[in-house]
Amino acid sequence: MSAQPKDTAPPVEMVEFEVDGHPVSAPKGSMIIQATDAAKIPVPRFCYHEKLPIAANCRQCMVEVEMGGKLVPKPQPACATPIAPGMKVFTRSPNAMKWQRNTMEFLLINHPLDCPICDQGGECELQDISMGYGRSVTRFTERKRTVTDENIGPLVATEMTRCIHCTRCVRFVGEIAGTYEMGDMSRGDSHVIGTYIGRTIESELSGNVIDVCPVGALTDKVFQFKARAWELIAKPSIGYHDALGSNLWLHTKRGQALRAVPRDNEAINECWLSDRDRYSHQGLYADDRAEKPLIRKGGELVEVGWDEAIAFVADGLKKAGSDIGALVAPMTSCEEGALLAQLVRGLGSDRIDHRLRVQDFSDGGPSGATFEMSVEDVARVSAALIIGSNVRHEMPLLNHRLRHASRHDASKHPASNPAHYDISEVHGAKIFAINPVRFEYNFELAGEKVFAPQDFVDAMLCTAKAAGVQGDDRALAEAIAAADDKEDARQWVAALRDAPSSVVVVGDAVTQHPQASWLRVLARAIAEATNSAYNELPSGANAVGLARVGAQSSSGAKAIFDHAPKALITWQTGSQDASVPAAYDKARENAEFYVYAGAFACDGVKRTADAVLPLGLPPEIDGTWVNVDGIVQALAAGSALPGEARPGWKVLRALGAALGVAGFDFVDLKDVHARIAGDLSGQGTGDRGPGQRLPARTTAPEGVLARVATVGIYRTDAVVRRAKALQAHPLNRAPALRICADDARALGLLGGVKADVDGVTLPVVIDAAVPKGCAWIEAGFAATAALPPHGAALSIKAVTA
Amino acid sequence: MKRVTEYLKSLLLLELAAGLWVTLKYLFKPKYTLRFPMETIPRSVRFRGLHALRRYPNGEERCIACKLCEAVCPALAITIDSAPRASDGQRRTTRYDIDLFKCIYCGFCEESCPVDSIVLTDILEYHMERRGENVITKPQLLAMGDRFEKSIAANRAQDAAYR
Repeated sequence: MSAQPKDTAPPVEMVEFEVDGHPVSAPKGSMIIQATDAAKIPVPRFCYHEKLPIAANCRQCMVEVEMGGKLVPKPQPACATPIAPGMKVFTRSPNAMKWQRNTMEFLLINHPLDCPICDQGGECELQDISMGYGRSVTRFTERKRTVTDENIGPLVATEMTRCIHCTRCVRFVGEIAGTYEMGDMSRGDSHVIGTYIGRTIESELSGNVIDVCPVGALTDKVFQFKARAWELIAKPSIGYHDALGSNLWLHTKRGQALRAVPRDNEAINECWLSDRDRYSHQGLYADDRAEKPLIRKGGELVEVGWDEAIAFVADGLKKAGSDIGALVAPMTSCEEGALLAQLVRGLGSDRIDHRLRVQDFSDGGPSGATFEMSVEDVARVSAALIIGSNVRHEMPLLNHRLRHASRHDASKHPASNPAHYDISEVHGAKIFAINPVRFEYNFELAGEKVFAPQDFVDAMLCTAKAAGVQGDDRALAEAIAAADDKEDARQWVAALRDAPSSVVVVGDAVTQHPQASWLRVLARAIAEATNSAYNELPSGANAVGLARVGAQSSSGAKAIFDHAPKALITWQTGSQDASVPAAYDKARENAEFYVYAGAFACDGVKRTADAVLPLGLPPEIDGTWVNVDGIVQALAAGSALPGEARPGWKVLRALGAALGVAGFDFVDLKDVHARIAGDLSGQGTGDRGPGQRLPARTTAPEGVLARVATVGIYRTDAVVRRAKALQAHPLNRAPALRICADDARALGLLGGVKADVDGVTLPVVIDAAVPKGCAWIEAGFAATAALPPHGAALSIKAVTA
Repeated sequence: MKRVTEYLKSLLLLELAAGLWVTLKYLFKPKYTLRFPMETIPRSVRFRGLHALRRYPNGEERCIACKLCEAVCPALAITIDSAPRASDGQRRTTRYDIDLFKCIYCGFCEESCPVDSIVLTDILEYHMERRGENVITKPQLLAMGDRFEKSIAANRAQDAAYR
């Protein structure tokens, strides 16, 4: 399991050899199976997987090899035999076929004949290969072995009797997910694969074990028994819960999305998919899905037809004049964002934004710029600095690239022959992190510093000073000059500067910070000074695209929260998408005319909205999304719209026409797409560059705890929050006050008491990951909606029973 | 001469007499007609009539929702939805509809069934009175199986040697 045959170094030398009489050439050091795969010569296999280390334990890929004119007397596994010049490989010779058939018979000895009730039936590698290599009648009359199942969580169903011990899942969980939660235990007939002590798999990529499993031992629990592979229609779609835009196939049956599987795209998600993108389709069919337009008549919401609803909304917006505002969910497609911006601007207002979690707009907020280093290249960096980001939760597959870099530094490890791989030496990239709490990474950090939000700017100033940043703004230059000179900061900066390629990754804890403009300027300056790429994680799937089509304004969402407009439109958003849910609620309550256009008519919407326009969600509508690398992905609708819900662009077209706003006379989405195509290929608006208009720095009063409000991995948007299986996953932690032992002692929160945080009662968890001076309360929960945002001071006391 | 014989033939109604002679002969022969429904013709054990879903002797339904019958059906007459059963999580159908208007009684469903659940009984007399009754549902199919299990089992036992 130590060999890593496939690495990122360019092929050095080609080797010429022969397979079944045909000349084949492949890079030196590759295995026979890699060469035959490239030449499209079929060799049966179970344990070999392109992206996983080689184990050679299924023995299905046996081939006959001739070297130097002599046949190698024993069968050779094609997946673990390196190619050599002049080698002759026979994949279909009588001996090779005999070995392959015999292995197949052994594999089938203990495999149950339960294909009719197995979810893998119809898409099973064992079924396929046994059609070619298996006997039609078994010679095995003894008792087959059975294995007890384990419950490994709400996402993956197990049926371990079907397991053929290929160990792909073990290698995936260890090498790719990095959690080492599965293993093979015992020997011979008692050999079983499982989690060591019957735990659930707590990886954010756990669903991929379903795809790598060649048999039906690991299957999709959400999809369990719902349909057969042959009944499903695969529609190309993308994940819309992070800005990576992972490519996936949406499998639908009679219009209903039943599951998602990855669609290979080396530049974006390789062949993997995060659990959030894989299982979120469950949220599409939540109980509170809005299916009919509603308008408020005499204080009550009543169901009406679309014509009446559009006329009602147009009338309400007309009355408000130019005092309107729109909050847009960052997963909205570019077309809808552009049309909504056009509508709002056409009515004489500029108050539209999708950056609901941002508090500091003094520099215009996050600019929606793309990554300076593409996601694919992040896997090849030699050093990285993570600033305020739990990458694992924010963008699981970017974290996977970072983990790959941390384990295989391309610049130091050019050898692709596993024989030259020195396992004792750590080759990985050096990854440093500055975070508000000690996030759990699945790779080794070269250095980590943890600062409470109120100390975060100071910490960044130290690093900037070490990097030799001057600061083009006077306040900035003075602040850097006044910062402490720290030895370790200088070491970090040197490591970044010396690396052949390095990246600075900026995340949610910076974006949400009350002084984000300072942090952003400093992070960008540090990246420039150390010759690193600057990768700022956008919050939301289409933040880049929406910035490009102008669905944001320099005053930001804050302007709408601070002064509620007369007429407010919220587009697919919910209160928990905002940094201060209470402010969101206040804005929609204070608005004279509030239109909810979105997919879910929850209680809050039903209480406050004057009109509810049911819309389709990304997999149900046509649209374009721009990912973090600027890759424009235009997609057709995958699943059917529920009830009378309509795609947002059609609703906007009707609304724009009813209001008489210019530019809404198009017929087709293609016309809208053509109009914005120029914007989509360009860069974002609102980027004011570093060092301008820095606000005065505020210092927090001593002795107060500041809130760290990262968003829970499965609480990011309205759809994910309604996906039941994800909500039941252990990574989705219940809302709690996480605090270090010292602070807890000082506040009298030890001994199992509950805490009163600004009037909200929360359970207390003593967490060593939290530094002194702050309290970690994850955002995105109804229970924590009343609390102040990230970085704000909290008043905490013990609840006296 | 020919004209004379033709004339005589038609005058003497010879052809009519020949026809009536046939009628007279059949009047005294045994009748072919069956008095349906009191009488029926004998039916092969392989007769492919109305569908039924069978149960195991312990009362458990046989169908495991493998959907092979749905896949093999050339007329697309079968529609199945499946889900884990609420009580024990087993793979079961939540819907099993056969559209009798679409069905061509080819018997592929019966042949493809790995658990001998869906069968074609030897019942050929049935009718529908209202629109929509042509689609028979899972409870109806199971009821058919329960009611005719004896004859279904007997037919299958008789045919078992040739399968």
